[in-house]
Amino acid sequence: MSMPGSSSAARSVFERLHSWVVTVDHKKLGLMYIMYGLLFFVVAGVEASLMRIQLAVPNNHFLSPQVFNQLFTMHGTTMVFLVGMPIIFGFANYLVPLMIGARDLAFPRLNAFGFWLSVFGGLLLYFSIIGAMGMYGAGSAPDVGWFAYSPLTSKAFSRGHSTDYWTLGVLVGGFGSIATAANIVTTIVCLRCPGMTLMKMPLLVWLNLLMCGMVLMVMSPLTAAQIMLLLDRYLGAHFFDTQAGGSAVLWQHFFWIFGHPEVYVLIIPGFAFASEIIPVFSRKAIFGYPVMVGATVTIAFVSFGVWAHHMFCVGMTSVGNTFFAISTMLVGVPTGIKIFNWIGTMWGGKIRFDTPMLFCLGFLFQFLIAGLTGVMLAVTPFDWQLSDSYFVVAHFHFVLVGSLLFTIFAAIYYWFPKATGRMLSERLGKWHFWLFIIGFHVTFDTMHIPGILGMPRRIYTYEAGRGWETLNLICSLGVVLQAAAVLIFVWNVLRSLIKGQRTGNDPWDAWTLEWSTTSPPPEYNFAERPVIRSRRPLWDVKHPTDPDWKYE
Amino acid sequence: MTTAATTLAPEAAAGQLPSKGRVGMICLIIAESAIFTIFVAAYIYYLGKSLSGPTPQEVLRLPLLNTICLLSSSVTITFALGALGKRDTRRFGFWWFATIALGAYFLVGTGVEWRHLIYEKGLTIGTNLFGTTFYSLVGLHATHVVVGLVALLIVMSLTLARAVKPEHVERLDVLALYWHFVDGVWIVVFTVVYLIGR
Amino acid sequence: MTNVGKARSERCALTASSLVFSAFFLVPLTLVAAAAPDSSLIPSIFSPESTPAHSIHQLSLLVLAISAAIFLVVVGLIAYAAIRFRRRAEDDGKEPPQVYGSNPVEVAWTTVPLLIVVVLALATARVIQEVQNAPQPESALDVQVIGHQWWWEIRYPKLGILTANELHVPVSSENRRAPTFIELRSADVAHSFWVPRLAGKTDLIPNRVNKMWMEPTRTGLFLGQCAEYCGTEHAKMLLRVYVHTPEEFERWVSEQKAIIARNPEVAAGRLVFERTACVNCHTLNGTIGDGRFGPDLTHLMSRETLGSGALPNSPENLRAWIQQPDRFKPGVLMPGMNLTATELDQLAAYLATLK
Repeated sequence: MSMPGSSSAARSVFERLHSWVVTVDHKKLGLMYIMYGLLFFVVAGVEASLMRIQLAVPNNHFLSPQVFNQLFTMHGTTMVFLVGMPIIFGFANYLVPLMIGARDLAFPRLNAFGFWLSVFGGLLLYFSIIGAMGMYGAGSAPDVGWFAYSPLTSKAFSRGHSTDYWTLGVLVGGFGSIATAANIVTTIVCLRCPGMTLMKMPLLVWLNLLMCGMVLMVMSPLTAAQIMLLLDRYLGAHFFDTQAGGSAVLWQHFFWIFGHPEVYVLIIPGFAFASEIIPVFSRKAIFGYPVMVGATVTIAFVSFGVWAHHMFCVGMTSVGNTFFAISTMLVGVPTGIKIFNWIGTMWGGKIRFDTPMLFCLGFLFQFLIAGLTGVMLAVTPFDWQLSDSYFVVAHFHFVLVGSLLFTIFAAIYYWFPKATGRMLSERLGKWHFWLFIIGFHVTFDTMHIPGILGMPRRIYTYEAGRGWETLNLICSLGVVLQAAAVLIFVWNVLRSLIKGQRTGNDPWDAWTLEWSTTSPPPEYNFAERPVIRSRRPLWDVKHPTDPDWKYE
Repeated sequence: MTTAATTLAPEAAAGQLPSKGRVGMICLIIAESAIFTIFVAAYIYYLGKSLSGPTPQEVLRLPLLNTICLLSSSVTITFALGALGKRDTRRFGFWWFATIALGAYFLVGTGVEWRHLIYEKGLTIGTNLFGTTFYSLVGLHATHVVVGLVALLIVMSLTLARAVKPEHVERLDVLALYWHFVDGVWIVVFTVVYLIGR
Repeated sequence: MTNVGKARSERCALTASSLVFSAFFLVPLTLVAAAAPDSSLIPSIFSPESTPAHSIHQLSLLVLAISAAIFLVVVGLIAYAAIRFRRRAEDDGKEPPQVYGSNPVEVAWTTVPLLIVVVLALATARVIQEVQNAPQPESALDVQVIGHQWWWEIRYPKLGILTANELHVPVSSENRRAPTFIELRSADVAHSFWVPRLAGKTDLIPNRVNKMWMEPTRTGLFLGQCAEYCGTEHAKMLLRVYVHTPEEFERWVSEQKAIIARNPEVAAGRLVFERTACVNCHTLNGTIGDGRFGPDLTHLMSRETLGSGALPNSPENLRAWIQQPDRFKPGVLMPGMNLTATELDQLAAYLATLK
């Protein structure tokens, strides 16, 4: 929109940008969260690529140890806090009000506040590269690992301010996460349209409710531990000061009480995407909706009781070790049930292999493997060998890249038309998928083996003669394919924004409320508040003689 | 509105969904409770583990009056909201002020206690593990009292400007929920630090 | 491409990617799991040569077997569903029958995983108990390992030996059990002691004493390294464990306890050592050096590497190391000592006599 009597093109660009900056609309904020996450995804991908170049051959001198240590710290911290969390919050932000027939989140201004707080936290973290003085004055980003174990983070062993940038950047981002999580929980609890009882919400909404509920309890232990660390570093406190009788293991407990449920926080939205996409492309309702809800609730609860499986080598008693081994194995059961339910959804269907479905199939395959290697790691004695080795690195990349990232790609291909009114190119999408999945397996299947052969994590180089050389080279080569795939994806997005095939409300012939609006939806979402009777309102509309509410 | 409208159920149930202010505040309380739980866990874990310096038994005195004041402020705030519900803005103002006064007394009392501990007993956050966990836990709670008092003061000034009306009772209820939470945390902190820990 | 063509290409692609996966993962994994040469320096967890490592290995085979079975069943189901229920070219466009769930099926695929968990849990608990709570026999060798940034201090309290980075232990056999029980401490940050073929890893944490044990059943050299990120040179905190026959071990012990007589030929070098800051960090019996920050140097030349694996030990390397340790281990806490070339020669010559 341009003002009368002014140069319309220039004004409208400025006005458009301005409207994004000051917006409180959940759709714009959702998209900004996702764009922010994707931007840092590329940054963290570059960090990973640099590390893989360094590790391609033994005793390499491409990177100094100081730089390498900063890279793995920043790669991990960025991927979890500046890519994973923003993207899942972005999708929740965008989709939840549309799926429950609401106009916006419960607290739109708090939504904007949470977003900008997250942005500030991320920029603060990266400001460390120029702002902080690290150890030995050689580089400044934090270099203590993304889990920042004590006492490496104490003033004595981390001079300068790089650790403080890690602490504050993540702390501030954490407040943003809590704000947004509270917002989404309130939205789902209070703003559902008439007829939408809890058991009639789309699974994505249920799972986001659980994820946000978890965030409220999950971020706080990290926030508390980081406050304690700051008190140690600046006010002379002794929380983790072993010289004063403090406990280094206490940091580990607090961190993993956050860290383990956090990975479920990250993956549950991935489950949510799969639970919306697989049914649509199989042309069937999700198999076992109540069980899926129950399984996720179980996961949410049990995940708070498994954290010390990250600490099997710390010297806990055999009773402690056994308890956490069993609890970890138990949390695998509801997770496995979900895989079966997705297969059950495909069973007897008429599967279309468009790009979103391809990524979901990749997800199913990779998540199965991730779960199985997770079970291996749950077996404490096996973990005494595998912990802190490249086997673990392979495992969690199967979870975060092979499972979560795949469902994020699926979600982007699926909902891009809704958000923009244009389709992403199927042809480029298929290239993206195949290049990425092959590159992924070349890198991460292989990566299990150096771990089995004794290669620990977080080493900037390694000795020749231990059987690790060829394997590392293969892992590094796989990155080339993945990078090419991501570039194709970025190209696909940019090109489709301008020239993508235009589409209407419901390109995929789907069943949840967001597909009843225009593409993109109007700012107010729904002109009239929808009233629904079943879990798939649009199925009921399209099949008036055979509506879902007769069978649910 | 799109033509692919959703099915209109014959009995479009509106449902009694809770107020969003309340739910939002409960979410915040859940998150804050988790933070306090970790600080309490650290306090309990480090009991008896200090390598030197004053012990809780040696230096802590029961802050009875402080506690009574803070807990009473929960009662006064309830009276205030009751009065506002009955459209009596004058009584509301009176009880609201009482709440602030009691909360402020608590803070002053805490300050006096800390002054005593620092200057006369030599206990600081860096003295030993007890000092670290004591000041951080009690300090975290005091910070929350300060934030609450600021909010209460804002409402007080709005009351004096005659801007607070009976229809605001639901919103003030949400603020009261926060204040009750702060008092609830104090009960836990008091029990752990001054009763169990001593 | 027609729908039939598409479906066929999807099937090909599915098969292809399964094969790719198998090739990259299962084949090498099987090879590695099956065997590695006994004298191999490859520190594979699947070629154990010590009792606790054997226990772990046995358990891991059970876990791998169960995982493989689950993998094959579920991948089979996914592949079958994707292929059998794909939309055909001649599809009539009607939606398939909508099935919302099935309670018996849900019960079945909940029960079976739970049973698997029970089996795994029992097996796991047994091995945890077996390894963690193994009693220490009389004939066990006591060792204390203290982790430093970025080297290992190794003490044999009952034998009065202090060395660094290389652990020497006797082999254990049926008739003559000789396990080694190790107490783990740290002087600074968290480290982790990992020699895969001999035992699972255990962390070294300041203000805490952890215990582990190994019982090697074959002589030879076993490689390991620190497995908990501990700072800049974590990657070069390498470990060498030498497992000796009882006779060889006795010989090593007496060599380590031997007092090296003062050699007048290298007196100049010894004076360089005693007059430079070296003595502040290093202990050297026979000199005034009693520093604890760096490794004990009394029998320096009995070790095969310098800088806990940063470079092989030889007089030339030693000289280069002392001149500028940072060159071989960037960020190492030992500073370059700014000695003149003559001083370096003398010092290296002296240290080279410390066998």
